[in-house]
Amino acid sequence: MRGLAVFISDIRNCKSKEAEIKRINKELANIRSKFKGDKALDGYSKKKYVCKLLFIFLLGHDIDFGHMEAVNLLSSNRYTEKQIGYLFISVLVNSNSELIRLINNAIKNDLASRNPIFMGLALHCIANVGSREMAEAFAGEIPKILVAGDTMDSVKQSAALCLLRLYRTSPDLVPMGDWTSRVVHLLNDQHLGVVTAATSLITTLAQKNPEEFKTSVSLAVSRLSRIVTSASTDLQDYTYYFVPAPWLSVKLLRLLQCYPPPDPAVRGRLTECLETILNKAQEPPKSKKVQHSNAKNAVLFEAISLIIHHDSEPNLLVRACNQLGQFLQHRETNLRYLALESMCTLASSEFSHEAVKTHIETVINALKTERDVSVRQRAVDLLYAMCDRSNAQQIVAEMLNYLETADYSIREEIVLKVAILAEKYAVDYTWDDVQGYAAKTVFEALQAPACHENLVKVGGYILGEFGNLIAGDPRSSPLIQFNLLHSKFHLCSVPTRALLLSTYIKFVNLFPEIKTTIQDVLRSDSQLKNADVELQQRAVEYLRLSTIASTDILATVLEEMPPFPERESSILAKLKKKKGPSTVTDLEEIKKERSSDMNGSAEPTPVNASNVSTPSPSADLLGLGAVPLTNSAPAPSSSGSLLVDVFSDSSSVAAPLAPGSEDNFASSSDLASSEVVSEEPADAVHDADELIHKFICKNNGVLFENQLLQIGLKSEFRQNLGRMFIFYGNKTSTQFLNFTPTTKPVDPIVDGGAQVQQVVNIECISDFMDAPILNIQFRYGGTLQNLSVKLPITLNKFFQPTEMSSQDFFQRWKQLSSPKQEVQNIFKAKHPMDTEITKAKIIGFGSALLEEVDPNPANFVGAGIIHTKTIQIGCLLRLEPNLQAQMYRLTLRTSKEAVSQRLCELLSEQF
Amino acid sequence: MRGGAGPGRATGTGARGRDGRGGAMMRFMLLFSRQGKLRLQKWCVAAGERERRKMVRELMQVVLARKPKMCSFLEWRDLKVVYKRYASLYFCCAIEGPDNELLTLELIHRYVELLDKYFGSVCELDIIFNFEKAYFILDEFLMGGEIQDTSKKSVLKAIEQADLLQEEDESPRSVLEEMGLA
Repeated sequence: MRGLAVFISDIRNCKSKEAEIKRINKELANIRSKFKGDKALDGYSKKKYVCKLLFIFLLGHDIDFGHMEAVNLLSSNRYTEKQIGYLFISVLVNSNSELIRLINNAIKNDLASRNPIFMGLALHCIANVGSREMAEAFAGEIPKILVAGDTMDSVKQSAALCLLRLYRTSPDLVPMGDWTSRVVHLLNDQHLGVVTAATSLITTLAQKNPEEFKTSVSLAVSRLSRIVTSASTDLQDYTYYFVPAPWLSVKLLRLLQCYPPPDPAVRGRLTECLETILNKAQEPPKSKKVQHSNAKNAVLFEAISLIIHHDSEPNLLVRACNQLGQFLQHRETNLRYLALESMCTLASSEFSHEAVKTHIETVINALKTERDVSVRQRAVDLLYAMCDRSNAQQIVAEMLNYLETADYSIREEIVLKVAILAEKYAVDYTWDDVQGYAAKTVFEALQAPACHENLVKVGGYILGEFGNLIAGDPRSSPLIQFNLLHSKFHLCSVPTRALLLSTYIKFVNLFPEIKTTIQDVLRSDSQLKNADVELQQRAVEYLRLSTIASTDILATVLEEMPPFPERESSILAKLKKKKGPSTVTDLEEIKKERSSDMNGSAEPTPVNASNVSTPSPSADLLGLGAVPLTNSAPAPSSSGSLLVDVFSDSSSVAAPLAPGSEDNFASSSDLASSEVVSEEPADAVHDADELIHKFICKNNGVLFENQLLQIGLKSEFRQNLGRMFIFYGNKTSTQFLNFTPTTKPVDPIVDGGAQVQQVVNIECISDFMDAPILNIQFRYGGTLQNLSVKLPITLNKFFQPTEMSSQDFFQRWKQLSSPKQEVQNIFKAKHPMDTEITKAKIIGFGSALLEEVDPNPANFVGAGIIHTKTIQIGCLLRLEPNLQAQMYRLTLRTSKEAVSQRLCELLSEQF
Repeated sequence: MRGGAGPGRATGTGARGRDGRGGAMMRFMLLFSRQGKLRLQKWCVAAGERERRKMVRELMQVVLARKPKMCSFLEWRDLKVVYKRYASLYFCCAIEGPDNELLTLELIHRYVELLDKYFGSVCELDIIFNFEKAYFILDEFLMGGEIQDTSKKSVLKAIEQADLLQEEDESPRSVLEEMGLA
């Protein structure tokens, strides 16, 4: 197309932007007139002009015509015209729906043409545009092309990726179906290009539909195994610089990261693959070219990602860590960058955290010597991730050092990280030092003739609270402090001035010697008669307070501010906002855990009023005493130790649990097996202990969920009584019929999407081991569903916390020293050993947390009383963490062996 | 219980606390010169024209400001940018976080190899004057942000096949006709 080349030359010869625009406008006018002209253009000219338009667009100019001509080209039977038409549409059309409808027909024809080249163009166009309209039109057709037996390999590749693109934009329009299993089998295809494209597709689909694609795991492992063990020339053109099929290897490793570690048989083979990849990293390179080492290391890094994802093979994790350690000192900057990044995730695994920590000096050195800020940033991230109590001081010190010379772009982030680490790990500072230091620092900063108003606010607050700590120094005497702040007063906005007035009244309390000076200021017209109501009111009230209140009252009113309440760290939130959630690692998860109870307490909304057989859950849960407790029959002494009594609280009738059952829960487990014969075997009691453990330290949450039903709980316990709200949600769009939980009857029909709730009252008659079982039956779409779940009612729910002094505690501790009263368990930590979380868990468990009782501040002690109907059992507990070994020792002492035993079991599961 | 009623709807099920790495894709690819002239852009996700131009401008600035020997990866917005300079041209890919950086670097290299093979010692001018070919080659190689075929042979075969079709299509024309003067 010479005309095009000439035009491009012209543009390149333009000496100025203006000349270029002039030339373009001339061309646009020319093209427009050609398109509008009477003479029909032949395909070649059309193609040339459309190409010119494309070029102009790519130079950054807007194009508002030519689309129709492009659509014409695209419908042509000539390949080159079609190709340019498709290119124009792909580059210019940004989901312009009207145009898309125009081209859909042409695309349909090409897809049906059985000409692989035309089909390829059409698939590319669909993928390039990738809009919802495209998905609506073609998402049904493409899977068929993909799995049809006679489709050419190249078309299969395009179809797989095209479908992937549509799935990403509109997953709802790509229904899973018979084709999925056939796609999985493409992993066995002979053509490696097909396998590569199919792996990309399967990986994305498997993330959302893991069940549907789980057979891909073993296929992916065997494919991977064949690749990593192949000689470097076996795969011919798919060998890239002596590395066999690096793209496919990486994709297979990525697919495996959608799943947990596979079954033992497959797992052995996978472990071999991963070991082979790690071994190859130690072999001498087969080529000096950087492409060879890049491709090889790309596979290695992806393998390490998988190892970290599985987080189950300590051996591999440590080997991965050592390998990354070598890269930390590699001469290639890229590898140092990636090693730092990868190690960050490795640091959060319990198996490799310690191994990562051994590289601390290298990482600190990177922070000091790397010349590229993006690498230094990775070093900061890694230091943050590897920080724990043992190295917090060193790491924070290094970060602070670095801060002085750090690039402006990352300073804020470093400050936030330092603040978080300090908040989390600082243990031995004395507040006075910090407060005095803060007062001194702001005082000095305020000396600057011009300072930011925010500094005045901070200074006003800190000096008002802690100015006394620096008042001994004649250079910062009370009067000097006051004059300094007041010199800024008139330049500040109203809110700041209001804050300063509060500082002044605090000064009256802190420094009686300057009281009259301050009163004079408050009394001045500019304050007392200030046009701003807030300022005026403060001046009047503070002046009055300073005049009439005795020093005692003043001291009480203006007492030091209490510590801020514990809540999600605002600095952490800020860091998250700044960095995106993925980069804030373990600390964040800990916070999540901490707030999970809050999430669990969302107020349920009754969906269908007629189904609500019980009072609204917002009724006073603590008013248990007011409810007539109709039945508390003594537990049968024969059957086990299950003595929790569950019964209805319908105000008049003592409703039986279920037809034919006895009126306590002890027999409900019999019901599960002997009651109505169901058409389907009852599900096993659902992972009973797992669920129970989830609820040991909390009372609300989702107890059970499958595709049909969700069971939520909300419960409250006091002394030996409890009340539990159970919410049954129908997750389907179909009615449940004959809905019968064994606790007590509810409306037998549960509409699709509706929720039924019921309340059960609970009484603990004597200490017990097993939790009661809730058995539910209902008919869904013709089949009888039968379901059994353990209700999370555990002995510790009947705990009442008891506060006691250190002396009392140890006196009682000694009294309970017979071997039968004490139960001890030594176990490995299953979660990060975080003090705050541990405290929260002990409190959630129900006992009081006794501070400053144990001579060793790292230990936790608790005390409480288990209330049963017959007796009360005093319990003492002591938890001794051993950070170094990542172990705990938990000791329970109660007057009853079985109680000590049970509580110890329950609590041990929590750490 | 659709619509979020009921107590304690479980918040997130990701047991590991981070998203599975699974499918991560390339968001876009740019070719630009040392002078900051954009030579090719390939977008794999929908974005408005204005937003695209803004991103291109911003990213070119960031990359052009970097010194040689610096790391080839950088974090930019919520993406990772992988770039490499070949003679006067920068090849620059924006990928999603979990994607493999080193392999993206080699994807760029593979594309350069393909261009080189096709044009024979490719230079910036080849790409300027035959921009549509550069797009066609890229399309044979990449689709929807994923690599379609990593084999150099099969990509080149596809391009050659297309060129053959083109020759059959086109009858020779006079120079005057070509220039639109006939």
